[in-house]
Amino acid sequence: MSISFKKPSILPGFWPAFSYTILYLSLIVLIPLSAIFLKSLTSSWSHLWQVVTSPEVVASYRLSFGASFVAGLVSVVVGFLVAWVLVRYQFPGKALADALVDLPFALPTAVAGIALTSLYTDNGWLGRYLVPLGIKVAFTPLGVMVALTFIGLPFVVRSVQPVLADADAELEEAAASLGASRWQVFRLVIFPIVRPALLTGFALAFARALGEYGSVIFIAGNMPMKTEITPLLIVTKLEQYDYAGATAIAAVMLTASFLLLLAINTIERRTRRFMVTG
Amino acid sequence: MKLTTIRNCAAVALLVGPALFSGPVKLLNVSYDPTRELYQDINAAFAKQWKAKTGVDVEISQSHGGSGKQARSVIDGLQADVVTLGLAYDIDSIAEHARLLPANWQTRLPNNSTPYTSTIVFLVRHGNPKHIKDWDDLVRPGVSVIAPNPKSSGGARWAYLAAWGYALKKNNGDDRKAREFVTRLYGNVPVLDSGARGSTTTFAQRGIGDVLLGWENEAFLALNELGKDKVEVVTPSISILAEPPVAVVDRIAAKHGTTQVARAYLEFLYTPEGQEIGARHYYRPRSPEVAAKYASRFAKVQLFTIDELFGGWQKAQKRHFDDGGVFDQIYLHKEIGRAGFNLPTSGGAGFNLPTPVCRHVFVA
Repeated sequence: MSISFKKPSILPGFWPAFSYTILYLSLIVLIPLSAIFLKSLTSSWSHLWQVVTSPEVVASYRLSFGASFVAGLVSVVVGFLVAWVLVRYQFPGKALADALVDLPFALPTAVAGIALTSLYTDNGWLGRYLVPLGIKVAFTPLGVMVALTFIGLPFVVRSVQPVLADADAELEEAAASLGASRWQVFRLVIFPIVRPALLTGFALAFARALGEYGSVIFIAGNMPMKTEITPLLIVTKLEQYDYAGATAIAAVMLTASFLLLLAINTIERRTRRFMVTG
Repeated sequence: MKLTTIRNCAAVALLVGPALFSGPVKLLNVSYDPTRELYQDINAAFAKQWKAKTGVDVEISQSHGGSGKQARSVIDGLQADVVTLGLAYDIDSIAEHARLLPANWQTRLPNNSTPYTSTIVFLVRHGNPKHIKDWDDLVRPGVSVIAPNPKSSGGARWAYLAAWGYALKKNNGDDRKAREFVTRLYGNVPVLDSGARGSTTTFAQRGIGDVLLGWENEAFLALNELGKDKVEVVTPSISILAEPPVAVVDRIAAKHGTTQVARAYLEFLYTPEGQEIGARHYYRPRSPEVAAKYASRFAKVQLFTIDELFGGWQKAQKRHFDDGGVFDQIYLHKEIGRAGFNLPTSGGAGFNLPTPVCRHVFVA
């Protein structure tokens, strides 16, 4: 019966562990999430459809998903670099730099938002140099991306770091001694090893960015049709006692995020299997 | 005979017992953002008075936040014995959605259940560098106005209606002109914070904008905290009579057995003592005597009510702030032209770095 279910393991206890996993996932994840869908059903379909497809809400999907995606990509590139430096080089203050990476995790996001905003406004430390160049960060979609990149960075670094640490530098030396160019060493040796971790990091940073509220509302300016993120619209709907509308937007966001994460996880699993077998 | 005495004693003990043995009576006052300091003083004064009158200690807790958010918490089960919110619409919502008090709650206390009033004024930078004197100055190109989003902030709704009302009065009730004026005004708003305190932070701490549109009492509070060498309060010629109402939440108070003390608490706000405390916190008193005493605090301004110009909160909410309402249309149809859309210009001389001026930064 459980043929395709479990692989033999030296440690006993598959069924208790499996049951516990299902129970836990149901209690912590599935039940609250299904409550969202149920709550949104307290209103008529036409009302819900009207809410989730209204121009203001659609504009916010574009900003939320777009900015999160870009922020995820930036985090992947920069995060990989940071992880690389932290793993492969010795330098004074390395422990400090390592600890700094986690700071965006610990900082209350509203504080991050306020700090970033005061940096980038017209008379802020950075803003006063950027604005004359025509680069406006505060109260633009760019500002949203900056905030989301800030909170996304640790996810990529922490996913990639252990994988890089595990990959011996000797692999690279071996490749080089066999005549691989530097680019080839990176493309054919290092990148395939860290690719699954990069994807995981991207998925985490992306998902976190989608749900982010605290830091973004301060720097976004929250102009309708321009810089309103979807979570803000959910909160606005709640303020107007439109519980069904709020949960309907939440449901759309959840479904879209779930599909995207599922896709990313599938790609990641493919690449991982690729590595093991091929 | 003896038995009856014992029984009577027992009955008395049962009645009085809770008051004597279960410690002080507890009240929860769920209020909106800028009333923190006001109710700290009111609570202390009322507790003293109630103790002198009845011998019972009363302990009042306060909860503060955006008016709409607070109303939602009560609907969702926050055990408020009394609510003292920023606008009647929010208490209407508690009556409508949770049926915790009757729909006619506003008729139960004098003056629309509003013991004190406020209005919408301007807070400008020191020396008023942009020469902002009245509403018309807010729609000039190059003036950047800070106001919260009326869809999520009660204070912002009063501000929006104040601007609309001003334009109506100025243009002999021409609704189209009023809409045009409000559209131009929001064209000068670079940031829409979700609450009044958030906007105060944007203006005061981050030095964004030339003028902050907000509650009169909040403006004076900011003035006191920032100092007269940083900001000035400008009162326009015409503004709205903002009525932040109060109500006992019947069903919750009945459950807690606090109906009587809750009523007395709200009635205390109308007493000369309560009115004076309000005036000291820059709320305009209802009592003519107290108003006369504090007349120098409040600038003369022609005030109109929401009932006069908008037919009450329910109508105003539906037309202007509901989804698809006028406020949405202003943004949706890009009525806010690019030409009129100004970047925040910062007249703030030198306090752009966070000094904690507001004790309670809006945190979502």
